[in-house]
Amino acid sequence: MKKTNYFLAVLLGLSIQFASAQVKKGSILIKNATVLTITEGTLENSDVFVQDGIIKKVGQNLSAPNGVTTIDATGKYLMPGIIDAHSHLGLDVVNEATSPIVAEVRMKDVVNPYEVGIYRALAGGVTISHAMHGSANVIGGQNATLKHRWGSTDPADIIMQDAPRTIKFALGENPTRVHGRGNGIQPRTRMGVEAILRNGFNEAIQYKKSWDEYNSASSQKNSTVLPPVHNERLQILSDILEGKIIIHCHSYRADEIYMLITVARDFGITKLVFQHTNEGFKVAPEITEYTMGASVFADWWAYKFEVYYSTAYNAAILTENGAITSINSDDAELIRHLYHEAAKTQRYGGMTDEQALAMITINPAKQLGISDKVGSIEVGKQADLVIFEGHPLSSYTVPQMTFVDGVKYFDIKEDADDQRLKVSPTEMVEPVRIADDHNDRCMQDTEHLFETTNSLFLLNQ
Amino acid sequence: MKRLTITFFAFLLALLPMMAIGQQLDGEVVKPRAGKFLLQNATVVTITNGTLNNTSVLVEDGKIKEIGAEISADGAEVIDCSGKFIYPGMIDGGTKLGLVEINSVQETVDYMELGNFTPNMQALTAVNPNSVAIPVTRVSGVTTVLSVPGGGLFPGTAALINLNGYTPDQMYAGFEGIVMNFPSSGRRGRYDRRSDEDIKKAKEKALNEADELWENAKSYASLASNGAELEYYPEMEQFAKATTGELPLLIEVNTASDIQAAIKWVEGKDAKVIFMGVSEGWRVADEIAKAGIPVVTGPIQSLPTRESDRYDAPYANAGKMAKAGVKVAIRTNGQENVRNLPFFAAFAAAYGMGKEEAWKAVTINPAEIFGLADQYGSVETGKVANLIVADGDPFETKTNIQHVFIDGYRMPLSNRQIRLYQEFLDRSPGLKMN
Repeated sequence: MKKTNYFLAVLLGLSIQFASAQVKKGSILIKNATVLTITEGTLENSDVFVQDGIIKKVGQNLSAPNGVTTIDATGKYLMPGIIDAHSHLGLDVVNEATSPIVAEVRMKDVVNPYEVGIYRALAGGVTISHAMHGSANVIGGQNATLKHRWGSTDPADIIMQDAPRTIKFALGENPTRVHGRGNGIQPRTRMGVEAILRNGFNEAIQYKKSWDEYNSASSQKNSTVLPPVHNERLQILSDILEGKIIIHCHSYRADEIYMLITVARDFGITKLVFQHTNEGFKVAPEITEYTMGASVFADWWAYKFEVYYSTAYNAAILTENGAITSINSDDAELIRHLYHEAAKTQRYGGMTDEQALAMITINPAKQLGISDKVGSIEVGKQADLVIFEGHPLSSYTVPQMTFVDGVKYFDIKEDADDQRLKVSPTEMVEPVRIADDHNDRCMQDTEHLFETTNSLFLLNQ
Repeated sequence: MKRLTITFFAFLLALLPMMAIGQQLDGEVVKPRAGKFLLQNATVVTITNGTLNNTSVLVEDGKIKEIGAEISADGAEVIDCSGKFIYPGMIDGGTKLGLVEINSVQETVDYMELGNFTPNMQALTAVNPNSVAIPVTRVSGVTTVLSVPGGGLFPGTAALINLNGYTPDQMYAGFEGIVMNFPSSGRRGRYDRRSDEDIKKAKEKALNEADELWENAKSYASLASNGAELEYYPEMEQFAKATTGELPLLIEVNTASDIQAAIKWVEGKDAKVIFMGVSEGWRVADEIAKAGIPVVTGPIQSLPTRESDRYDAPYANAGKMAKAGVKVAIRTNGQENVRNLPFFAAFAAAYGMGKEEAWKAVTINPAEIFGLADQYGSVETGKVANLIVADGDPFETKTNIQHVFIDGYRMPLSNRQIRLYQEFLDRSPGLKMN
């Protein structure tokens, strides 16, 4: 009996191993492209050879070993797969809006590989997205970094398992609206937001201290001390304090951005990225000096009061001040043309091609802690690649093919009529959804908190 | 000597308040400027008469006075446009610009009145000429937009405005239309969790209501034209204008089956009909073309209406309708970001419409659809001087729009977003944290 158990355990272990080894890796040779490497300049008429998901050679006149598919990209542009540092794609649930701090919640538990938006993002050249918890809480849940391996039905296979841990924070109107105004608990103001942060971190320090005391006592002979009660929420906070988790903080106003920088410095936190950051331009030198940069919208503004004093020149100001800057989507439609969103920094601030393209490749990779693996075309990096018909910063360009780990997941010539992985058996007729203005999934699942206001406002719609 | 000094100081003291005022008013505001302008030696993309090289355009009294190679600069401010391109100002066929400042702050939202039947609500009344979004928009080359109320079945009357002026009347560009939200069988985004049956019921009820209102309006119109003394009924008075064709009917309709139903609904009615939105137009393009109904479509950058649709369905929609023979204009349906109109047009162009047709869709086509082709939508002698000068193709993000003329006024190319850029790019005095 016991032997059988061991056998089953081994089998289980093997099957788990096997499951995570199922991520497909491809070998291809892309020839004669204009290669936008991002980190090593532009290479005319060049080839990229990929073996088992890794870029092996970049150069001219490369030849493919037997059995490796060759793709002729003459006249086309090849760039690294686009990375979106702020998305909610592929998530069944976005917000756990029950407490100002919900650090224990994990987005990797709600990843839905069937969401057709993943395929649509691939069609826009996006190979990696940062699937974030929503912005209802001051300290929200832990995010998942996704690799768009469309067709994988196991959530584990579209999660980028080798990406570092990240967590969502949120400042300003969203957490104060949900908690202070919606539920009558702190925070209701930006002062309250700071207090929640400081209280949380101080509690985590106490928690850590009690564990440290227990650990040193229990190593003594004949120790009878009992361990403290495990608290996952405080454990995650103390992991943040130890630099094991990168903070990605939803933010808009300059004062609150500056506040979090101050809090982070007081607690010795250096792994901090600001998201949206509409007024980041006002504190660009501080962002540059003390954080891992800002991930911003190209031109979204005025949809709520805290983004009224925005400027589309934000990304350019941040970049010129030396901040690592990326352009994000936070939206299922916008993610489809991040190359175009990045291109807007050329009209608004005169960014060079290199600067604009870095904002959707190597810069978000740096902010997600994966720039050693993706974000540029370099030998040794994972082969996430996209081929464009024209220069990716032209408004007229059309993405042609997208690869993740050297495997082709999108080809405009093979784009099927219906790309869904599954069709609902209970749906007689497929519902038709008319696009609304802003698909603000940051606040998905929190509407019930504002039913009175919403129903008044939408009475007529 | 001493006296002189005292007098001198007294003089200085008297000056102080003036100097203080002078300091408070530091800085300078550039205003729109009327005048006679000669835009010299450009490549003129006329839209209606091809592209003219080495050509000048003379602007005078708000109009395009002359187009040609040799125009006398007499008395005109000359603007050298060599190596540059002149296009007509772009027209956005459907927006909420001017009707809302900040969408989540209800006090600033003026496009949605209470009630289901409010055609007498005038967009032009609520247009705020001083909206921060207006100068943000016009520097992108969009000079004219249709501002459209939303909400109920017949929510109000839309108005075409030029993006220059201190009062709505100064902005008014000569077109109004009565808006109808055609009873919809589609869902309003992912949060709409009504059952199919509820949607069907709501749709049928709304359609019955629309029929009834239409019949009543027809009676109202015929009674009014026969000189009957009618009770004060401002809704009906306005709506009657749609039944007689005095004002066009702008029908917001999106799903394929609704478009078909709307085509049927307008049959035999004496209405001038324009379809708005038309997200699934590509599914029934031939039927729209056959019905001869013009379309203002968009936003182009949007998600497919069905999970199973090809990913590029919304990008390709405008082109597919145009190919089927529909007269197509493009709208952003936006408010603060109407500035993206040229990029929407570029996407339509890239996904099947072609550049030339896409340009028409943001210039001459909306002008024709709104019945103003004699005044707007192309660079032609006698038309209103809505012009842009660019150093390249205005649909490309790399291109700089260098001059914008609206109604013959040379517009300042500044706005709050640009001023923030200038203030914060190199922050002074560069304060440091401790």
